[in-house]
Amino acid sequence: QLPTGLYKKVLVILHDSVLPYMNEPTLMMDFLTVAYGIGGAISLLALNGLFILIHQHNLEYPDFYKKLYSLLDPSIYHVKYRARFFHLTDLFLSSSHLPAYLVAAFIKRLARLALTAPPEALLMIIPFLCNLFRRHPACRVLVHRPGGPADMSEDPYIMEEEEPSKSRALESSLWEIQSLQSHYHPDVAKAAAVLNQSLSEMEDDISGLLELSAYELFDKEVKKKAADVPLEFEQVRGLFGKKNDIFAEHFSLD
Amino acid sequence: SNPFEVKVNRQKFDILGRKTKNDVGLPGVSRSKAIKKRNQTLLKEYKEREKTNVFKDKRFGEYNTKITPEEKMIRRFTLERQQNYGKKNIYNLNEDEELTHYGQSLAEIEKLNDIVDSDSDTEERGTLSAELTAAHFGGGGGLLRKKASSEQQDEEEEKPKSRKELIEEMIAKSKQEKQERQTRRESALELTEKLDKDWKEIQTLIARKTPKSERKDKEVEKPKPDEYDMIVRELGFEMKAKPSERLKTEEQLAKEEQARLQKLEADRLRRMHGIDEEANKKKPSHVSADDLADGFILDKDDRRLLSYKDGKINIENEEEKEGEEEEDEEGEEEDNENEEESQEDSESEDEEDDAADNHSDLESDLESEEEAAGNKEEKKHKANENESQNAEKLDPKREAAKSELPYTFAVPESYETFKSLLAGRTTEQQLIILERIQKCNHPSLAVGNKAKLEKLFGFLLEYIGELATLDLPELRTIDKLVLPLYNLCQMFPEAASDSIKFILRDAAHDLEEVIEVKGRATFPGLDTLIYLKIVSLLFPTSDFWHPVVTPAFMYMSQLLTKCRITTLQDVIKGLFICCLFLEYVSLSRRFVPELINFLLGVLHISLPKNKVQGYTVVHPFTPVGKNLELLLVCEKEDLKSWEKQNVPLSIVTRLKESSRTEINHTRLSCLALCFDLIKKCASLYESLPSFHEIMHPVRILLTQHVPVNEYPEKMQEWYHSALKELENKVKHYTPLICEKKKPVPLKQYTPKIVKVLDFGRKQAGSKKEQERKQLIQRHKRELKGAIREIRKDNQFLARMQLSEIMERDSARKRKVKELLGSLATQEGEWKAMKRKKWKN
Repeated sequence: QLPTGLYKKVLVILHDSVLPYMNEPTLMMDFLTVAYGIGGAISLLALNGLFILIHQHNLEYPDFYKKLYSLLDPSIYHVKYRARFFHLTDLFLSSSHLPAYLVAAFIKRLARLALTAPPEALLMIIPFLCNLFRRHPACRVLVHRPGGPADMSEDPYIMEEEEPSKSRALESSLWEIQSLQSHYHPDVAKAAAVLNQSLSEMEDDISGLLELSAYELFDKEVKKKAADVPLEFEQVRGLFGKKNDIFAEHFSLD
Repeated sequence: SNPFEVKVNRQKFDILGRKTKNDVGLPGVSRSKAIKKRNQTLLKEYKEREKTNVFKDKRFGEYNTKITPEEKMIRRFTLERQQNYGKKNIYNLNEDEELTHYGQSLAEIEKLNDIVDSDSDTEERGTLSAELTAAHFGGGGGLLRKKASSEQQDEEEEKPKSRKELIEEMIAKSKQEKQERQTRRESALELTEKLDKDWKEIQTLIARKTPKSERKDKEVEKPKPDEYDMIVRELGFEMKAKPSERLKTEEQLAKEEQARLQKLEADRLRRMHGIDEEANKKKPSHVSADDLADGFILDKDDRRLLSYKDGKINIENEEEKEGEEEEDEEGEEEDNENEEESQEDSESEDEEDDAADNHSDLESDLESEEEAAGNKEEKKHKANENESQNAEKLDPKREAAKSELPYTFAVPESYETFKSLLAGRTTEQQLIILERIQKCNHPSLAVGNKAKLEKLFGFLLEYIGELATLDLPELRTIDKLVLPLYNLCQMFPEAASDSIKFILRDAAHDLEEVIEVKGRATFPGLDTLIYLKIVSLLFPTSDFWHPVVTPAFMYMSQLLTKCRITTLQDVIKGLFICCLFLEYVSLSRRFVPELINFLLGVLHISLPKNKVQGYTVVHPFTPVGKNLELLLVCEKEDLKSWEKQNVPLSIVTRLKESSRTEINHTRLSCLALCFDLIKKCASLYESLPSFHEIMHPVRILLTQHVPVNEYPEKMQEWYHSALKELENKVKHYTPLICEKKKPVPLKQYTPKIVKVLDFGRKQAGSKKEQERKQLIQRHKRELKGAIREIRKDNQFLARMQLSEIMERDSARKRKVKELLGSLATQEGEWKAMKRKKWKN
């Protein structure tokens, strides 16, 4: 049992500095499975080493996807290892042999969590979801359900359910993405609007989007040249002088 | 015609529908036609090539074939008559003067002679009458004649009249006639005079009817101009008043204003939906809301400039800004204006007396301006209380303070000079200084002023930032300084957006650096928050994309997600940014996940530490660890004594001084603010399809974790209103359906129909391109034709020259032959003569 900081440090370098040089990487199996079971950021980091063991050393991990599914919580969009995690998730979900219910559950959960995500994560996750739809056409009912019931009073998807097969994701629709179409960031709104149309055949390349940072986004926006600058036409009457100014209700200038 | 003259252009292929012009040609006919034409034109030119004089036939209708010869003649005749008509004999200097011979009119004599002639004709035709001969030749047979005349006198009394008598008679007659004429004229004159006299009498009678006395008859002739007449005349001569724009009624003004606002609003909506993104690219010079607003503001500025000397109108403008409905009342105000002005004038005169030694050269204009400035401030203060109160007594002290300000300002070149300019002044003075800087350096006055004023915007912004970072932030001053900032921004949108973007970039850069170095960020100072607020004042925040607002969004999002919450100040700053977010999206209703996250976190830190259930807080808040319970208030007394009050912004810089109770009260105020924001979010986002999922954690926290009963009653009100707003939204889900793809049309084999413009050419390119090609083609054809024509002309000329030479040669040959022939015959004759001689 290691302290958290050390755990993280070890796990960060494990996959490319330790495992390739070990004679028997399978020895790390127990360590990784324990780390994977801890939860939170440590689980995310352990995923990488585990993937190498599964991929190259025939490790069989029972309920791997269920575990991965339970790893998805709101913090995944905010943590530092976001790029690494989504890179691996993309890999795991790239298999076309996965059952539709599983992929749908992942899609739905990622979309639900995206409701709390910052714009840089949203710009990455929306093409990510689009790619999943392309790989798994059976999941397209999430965005296109022509014969469904006209009106529902409840989202059939059960967020709290740990088992992907029981989450009823396939009966739901991606209302979350529809909500994101009115996101304040223009690029996010545009990306979300893509799901309104039927998708193109080619997958989007998200490798460039994984590492996107908020500052880069800001920089991009600031450097955009505008032909003209629209101006506010309402005449200013002081700092808090707008109509129904929220500030005037709660703040004073003293 | 003659089949041998027809040339047939044989077609290789028969093409349906093709019209051919040149399948049959008549070379002989066309050649003869061409030659004939050349004979008429080119040949003529050639023959007259060295002649400069030209024969012009100006006879009327000589070459007009439409007129028959008779008509032609008639017309010519009438023309001639017309030309001669009215033309006087140039030698006839004065027609009226009669030529005389021995004092008799020559014309008379001739007439009389004729009469005599005719008389004598009856008796002795063919011979000259005696009288006539006597008259003309005199002398001669005078005696004889006398006898004869005496004889004749008996028979006819008139006959024997001698020439002398005749003449005398004539003279007498003419004299009589003359006298008669004279008498007639005189009588006419007399009559008219009499008439005039009568008329005058009558006129006096008429004139007597008017109140004027008889004596003034002479004056009546030149009557004193009536006042009414004078006015009528004057009006007649006066410049006609040009129709100006009708004064608009209040209703119209209001309507216009409404229409303008509606248009601006429509523009804003369009930008909000991002509809014109593509359209914009196609035509970048679209008239958007800013354009209009721009012009409007500039107009206003110009007006202010015009009224610079007056001063009073300035106040009007200022007041317009102050009051909302002022524009409606403008008419009234203008009515008042005159009065005000007169008052002003008198006052300013007084003022001058008081401070006579003030400034020698600028004097009255500036004086009145100063007056205006002082007055304006007064108005600003009193406007709220009573706007209609126009003339006010001036506070002498303030007036004195005002007079210290200089009247013209150069735009400061650097921020330091700008700061020193404003240092130590009151807010009002600073405003006046800024206004004067703007006035003195209006872009229409000099070339470089635009750049200078653009700089001024940056300085002002920097100054505001500095004011906000003071230990005791002068927010009241900033509140006032926003007005000139807005005006400058309306004048120079590009420069304003650039400088604000610059500030935002700096702030974001600092944030990024701190994150990289320390691994976590702290909230920026109050100045940045004020800047963000100013962005929302200067620019429309509802646009889909905006060069300034979108980066501001990004920056605020970073602040809410990256900055650690460690103190109460951080919470207040965070809540301030939440308010900003809400204000930014209040019109566009855009979804801001960070906002909900932050509010959830704020609620979370108001709870006592316990196990989190049913919801997860995200960065920067942590479910466990330190910095929790920041907003938790345990003291019962503080809970009870709490009153909802506005959070003073200055608390951000100095909180430590306040007591524990005050801190607790501030905490509670923050919590109330948080509840209110949640309520506002709920009403803002209710239309989102996944509204319940978004608000789910907040609802759980509110219903299950918040200790409502411990809160004071006021807080419970806030809480319940927020919860009510969350709860009473219907759950409503409709399955998503993709937009239908447009069906791709099947490939069809019907021919594509293209308009054939020119045969044998490729039908490619757009219509314009085709037209261009067609023009080029036509030009080529014309050029070829012209070259051919010129060549033929040259050939024709050469032919003509050749024939001329041949003619000349043949003539010479003929002449030589003739000469030789004559010489030969001469020789032959001579030889024959010689032979004859020889023989003989």
